[in-house]
Amino acid sequence: MTNKNLISEFARILGKENVMAEEADRQAYSYDSAMLPPVVPGLVVRPTSSQQLSHTIRLCSLHGLPLTVRGSGTNLSGGTIPSSSESVVVVTNGLNRIIELNARDLYAVVEPGVITADFAKAAAMKGLFYPPDPGSQTVSTLGGNVAENAGGLRGLKYGVTRDYVMGMEFFDAGGELIKAGSKTVKCVSGFNLCDLMVGSEGLLGVYSQIILKLIPPPVAQQAMMAIFDTVESASEAVSAIIANRIIPCTLEFLDNFTIRTVEDFRHAGLPVDAGALLLIEVDGHPAQVEDEAAKVKEICRQNQAKKIQVAQSVEEKELIWQARRDALPALARLKPTTILEDATVPRSQLPAMISRIKAIAEKYRLIIGTFGHAGDGNLHPTILTDKRDTEEYSRVEAAIDEIFDAALGLGGTLSGEHGIGLAKCKYMENETNRATIEYSKRLKSVLDPKNILNPGKMFGGRDDG
Amino acid sequence: MADMRKLVRMLNELDEDMVQCVRCGMCQAVCPLYAETGREADVARGKLVLVENLSKEILKDPRAVKERLDKCLLCGSCEAACPSGVKVLEVFLKARAIITGYLGLSPVKKAIFRGFLSNPDRFDGLLKWMARIQGPFSRNVNETLGSSCARFMSPVIGDRHYLPIAAAAWHKKGRRDFQHPKGEGIKVAFYPGCLVDKVLPRVADAAMKVFEYHQVDVFVPDQIPCCGIPALASGDRQTFEHLVEKNLDIFEKVPFDYLITPCATCTATIVKLWPMMTDLLPEATRDRVQALSEKTRDINEFLVSVLNVGTAEMPADPGRSVTYHDPCHLRKSLGIIDQPRTLIKAAGSRKLVEMKDPERCCGMGGSFNLQHYETSRKIGEKKLNCIAATGADTVATGCPACMLQITDLLSHAGLSVSVRHPVEIYAEAIGNI
Repeated sequence: MTNKNLISEFARILGKENVMAEEADRQAYSYDSAMLPPVVPGLVVRPTSSQQLSHTIRLCSLHGLPLTVRGSGTNLSGGTIPSSSESVVVVTNGLNRIIELNARDLYAVVEPGVITADFAKAAAMKGLFYPPDPGSQTVSTLGGNVAENAGGLRGLKYGVTRDYVMGMEFFDAGGELIKAGSKTVKCVSGFNLCDLMVGSEGLLGVYSQIILKLIPPPVAQQAMMAIFDTVESASEAVSAIIANRIIPCTLEFLDNFTIRTVEDFRHAGLPVDAGALLLIEVDGHPAQVEDEAAKVKEICRQNQAKKIQVAQSVEEKELIWQARRDALPALARLKPTTILEDATVPRSQLPAMISRIKAIAEKYRLIIGTFGHAGDGNLHPTILTDKRDTEEYSRVEAAIDEIFDAALGLGGTLSGEHGIGLAKCKYMENETNRATIEYSKRLKSVLDPKNILNPGKMFGGRDDG
Repeated sequence: MADMRKLVRMLNELDEDMVQCVRCGMCQAVCPLYAETGREADVARGKLVLVENLSKEILKDPRAVKERLDKCLLCGSCEAACPSGVKVLEVFLKARAIITGYLGLSPVKKAIFRGFLSNPDRFDGLLKWMARIQGPFSRNVNETLGSSCARFMSPVIGDRHYLPIAAAAWHKKGRRDFQHPKGEGIKVAFYPGCLVDKVLPRVADAAMKVFEYHQVDVFVPDQIPCCGIPALASGDRQTFEHLVEKNLDIFEKVPFDYLITPCATCTATIVKLWPMMTDLLPEATRDRVQALSEKTRDINEFLVSVLNVGTAEMPADPGRSVTYHDPCHLRKSLGIIDQPRTLIKAAGSRKLVEMKDPERCCGMGGSFNLQHYETSRKIGEKKLNCIAATGADTVATGCPACMLQITDLLSHAGLSVSVRHPVEIYAEAIGNI
């Protein structure tokens, strides 16, 4: 941004130390965790109070400057890549206070920059439970989680971020404070603006405070690992567990390629000849846990599980989940570039989806390791490549297109938890239809008439937006 | 070397390592600097992007990149936690050297590194002189800690509370030859490191007492050059290489089993950085580096893993307690976690109480503290709170640089907690055990 007056106006509102105008600093905000071309913003600001945030938005609105709100920049769909070289990146990690943690009414009020895992820890200290646990939870912000409607391993039983947002205060495109939802369990006052804002990817407003639901933690857990010869029998087991009215808190899947890679990485004794692994955890009241764990074990056995290892100690449980946590880092070490997708299908279509991914990998001669949340049909096909190899990379892009086609063809969705952002906007119409896109755009144009809130995301080009 | 093309070409040699970063951002969870500033250019992901952009000429401002690259504790927390296994330290140190080669070393650093650091005798002389004149300028602050502060406003010392420079370098009186050069038993060469040699000689004395007790034959040369880390951190590869070769010459004169150091940073430098950062030297020199590097051990590791100290835990005095801070260069660089704790327990003089986040960096980072004192203090305050919360009367750590930082923090807070190297605690107990 060359406009010196504007920079000094931002500096007056936010303090000089919270305005980054130098080229090198701006380049450090040109990307997020999605493998997409970087866009260097015009300015980066880091408000440290709600008031500063409001002023920032007003100033952007006044000058028609597009703004992209960024928490920790771990977005996997390019939602936090600046829209254009004019964009102002608004970093929220300076807004990181837990304002209230109410153990009587089971809610908390937080600023958007609070780190997810820090918040879960603070809730746990008060004997409460905040279940959403996206893979990036040690760095991701709650604001980012709400904007993307982030999921995690516990989605199957406990739901996703949406299920924990009771209300919020946010600024509209003109910097006016809007109040949505409430601290009460029930609230039907007016439109359900709160749900509209969840997963809105920064297109409709900027959160300043979020009210989150907390629940009592489960008293007991039991983790186990079931080993299968084939993906089909593993997914049959998944369906059978659910059909038997058991909802494990976590039900994760690793394919053979991922198992072998994790074993090479950790040497923890995983069965490298297994077709698939299911990592299962049930939780709740001790008696219920005991009962359900026995049933899950029996169901796995009926579905040709070769072996079932039940964690007998905290250490054994840790070992089981270490295998799951290792999946992405172990795969990421094989090749320089790792592309993590999150196409999601109805649970019953899991075997079909996995075989489609396998066929796509063969067709395009690519390495794809698949793991993910089997319980909710949310898979993470992980493509290993080298972005410098342009020929291979064009095959990667074609493969991604086909993975999405496959997921949609099986009645699934483009994204279970990573969002649309820039990466998947071109597929949006395939999942919905033209009218849906137009309807969403009309909504956006009314709420953000100058089109300054994260333009170009979700439905494509800024001019088009 | 004001040749931008050469700069770009050399930076591109780091491409294979830089491309491993998938921008996942997990380094944000562990970076002590980022925790204070929240600025992307302060965390590994941001810095890697800047170096990469410079190498691709997307960014054409080497000075701006250097400024941001230099603002780093080199604690290695990011590398230890990186899911993709990016060799962050290697990229950072090599990039610092390449960019410094392009921009030139600052005159002050040039004078210090090339004039004094590379010449051990002159360096000792300078410090001896400083030790003599420091008296009138300093005022004692804290008896337990032995810390001082500047008597007058001083731009160099600022608000620091420091330990005074020893009247003479320890190795001047500590030098010794093997007692039984041809005898049986373990023979070690002792490398105190500059901070122990010149500021904390009591740690070296403790080490000698322990070696004697365990009948370890010790060799201390009459000249001990710096391990080179200050030069390397400033991108001065020339001084670094010079110091490595000087050390090789000195420590190859006498055969021994291990080179032992009580300094976490020196150990990590010799073990990890020497082989990593001497890749431009002739193969014969690299072989010599490898040989010495393989023989080098941290003193805690040596006592516990080689001499088997602490196989029987001593009952601790319930009236006294000690907490332990993990130096980044022991825990994150070398994976040395249990050995210092075992050594403390073997002393039996104090109950070991773990602090919260013992692995959290104290904020010292060598020259980082000199250049960014305020930030260094802010990072350190979190450590201070963790130490204070334990109520321990002593804090132990296996790194003299951490000892100085923690002394400064405790002294400012007016706390009477003594700061000790685990070897001091163990040495104190000799005679009682």
